[in-house]
Amino acid sequence: MNSKYNKYLSIALLLVILLCIGCSAPAVTVNVSAASSLTDVLGEINALYTRANPNVTITANFAASGTLQQQIENGAPADVFISASPKQVDALQGKKLIVDNTRKDLLCNKVVLIVPADSTLGIKSFNDLTGDAVKKVSIGDPDSVPAGQYARDIFNEFGIMDALKSRLVLAGNVRQVLQYVESSNVDAGVVFLTDAKISKSVKVVADAPDDINKKVVYPVAVINTGKDRTAAFAYETFLFSDQAGAVFDKYGFTVIKK
Amino acid sequence: MTESLLSPLWISLATVFTATVITFFTGIAVARWMARYQGKMRNFIDGILILPLVLPPTVVGLALLMLFGKHGPIGQVLLWFGTTVVFSWPATVITATVVSFPLMYMNARGAFEQVDISIENAARTLGASEWRTFWSVTLPLAWPGVAAGAVMAFARAIGEFGATLMLAGYIPGKTATLPVAIYFAVQDGDMNQAMILVLIVLFIVFASLGALAYLKSKTYRIVAV
Repeated sequence: MNSKYNKYLSIALLLVILLCIGCSAPAVTVNVSAASSLTDVLGEINALYTRANPNVTITANFAASGTLQQQIENGAPADVFISASPKQVDALQGKKLIVDNTRKDLLCNKVVLIVPADSTLGIKSFNDLTGDAVKKVSIGDPDSVPAGQYARDIFNEFGIMDALKSRLVLAGNVRQVLQYVESSNVDAGVVFLTDAKISKSVKVVADAPDDINKKVVYPVAVINTGKDRTAAFAYETFLFSDQAGAVFDKYGFTVIKK
Repeated sequence: MTESLLSPLWISLATVFTATVITFFTGIAVARWMARYQGKMRNFIDGILILPLVLPPTVVGLALLMLFGKHGPIGQVLLWFGTTVVFSWPATVITATVVSFPLMYMNARGAFEQVDISIENAARTLGASEWRTFWSVTLPLAWPGVAAGAVMAFARAIGEFGATLMLAGYIPGKTATLPVAIYFAVQDGDMNQAMILVLIVLFIVFASLGALAYLKSKTYRIVAV
């Protein structure tokens, strides 16, 4: 009799303890998959968000937008997706992986041509890339890296794609392009203005034509295979706040005003 | 960026063939030397020679990049000659050679150490020069191990990815070897391309395993002493 009483008592005690744990602010994790160009700016914004919401842990996953799209399509745990181009979000929408009405255009950015800071080749425009002195140019892999897509569009617009084809060193993400130029192992590269800004070893020599820059849009969306949509949407809303906007401005992004 | 479907195959074959030839001869030479070397630095030198096998390929890649890059010692020498090796086809050969060398070296050295030195000495007493002794006596006796080393070096070279990507980069049609092409095909979401390349790699690997089995069968047995 006694031991049976004890058994029920311990189970009851266990339940009470579990309830107590559950009743305190539940720990929430939001998995954010974001384009490589957002590495530094989101680092700061995520810290701000976590300070304001201490029970939320943001797990940030940075890679080329195409890579992230692949990961999400193959079931990787992602709650929020921020891409450097609409193409990847379109693809996910086509596969019904986006929560309705959560897709919004967040940022604009500019595409620029950069060279190593100590470059003496005198490259001043995209057309200069076809000169004999330019041996190697790096861009992102156009099939999976938005910055590479835009670079290809620029080269096609200037009609220099064929001339440059054999000189192109393709990178897996835009930050790799930046690193290649920083190390001087290539003579020039195409990255976003915001990437060029964080490096002291490169200099911007040309801007992309306006019609290309107009296409550079970073959409954000909530993925519907994520576990906590409320938390994910709360994070997405924060990205549109004035606080986050100030940080985006600081790094050179253009926040899209509603 | 679409490239000819089979270009990674040709690039890989050219790279691996060149790398295996270099590794084969240098591996045998160094292994032969180390097998008989009894000096104090033996273990230390051995460690250095095996290092690329034990280090993560990205570390090997970084080391090579620092060596051959624009600001690296060898890179500066090459620059003086007006050329650079980073992001070029020779870089794929360099990385493939460096990572496959330890395998060739270890197998060859093990094989040479197994050769009964009294047989070599017998050849020497019969008047054979060192060179003749090596070619006619030592190498045939060590052949199974040496051949195994060559095939393992080949297999390692064909699978090399991390260091190759860092030193040679991804240049479709020039430095995109099979593993690099597979990686980017997956990243681009082109699963058909990826699967075709994977099947090609599997075919090559099975062919080399077959070659290994064949080579191992051609041993010399000692029938009388």
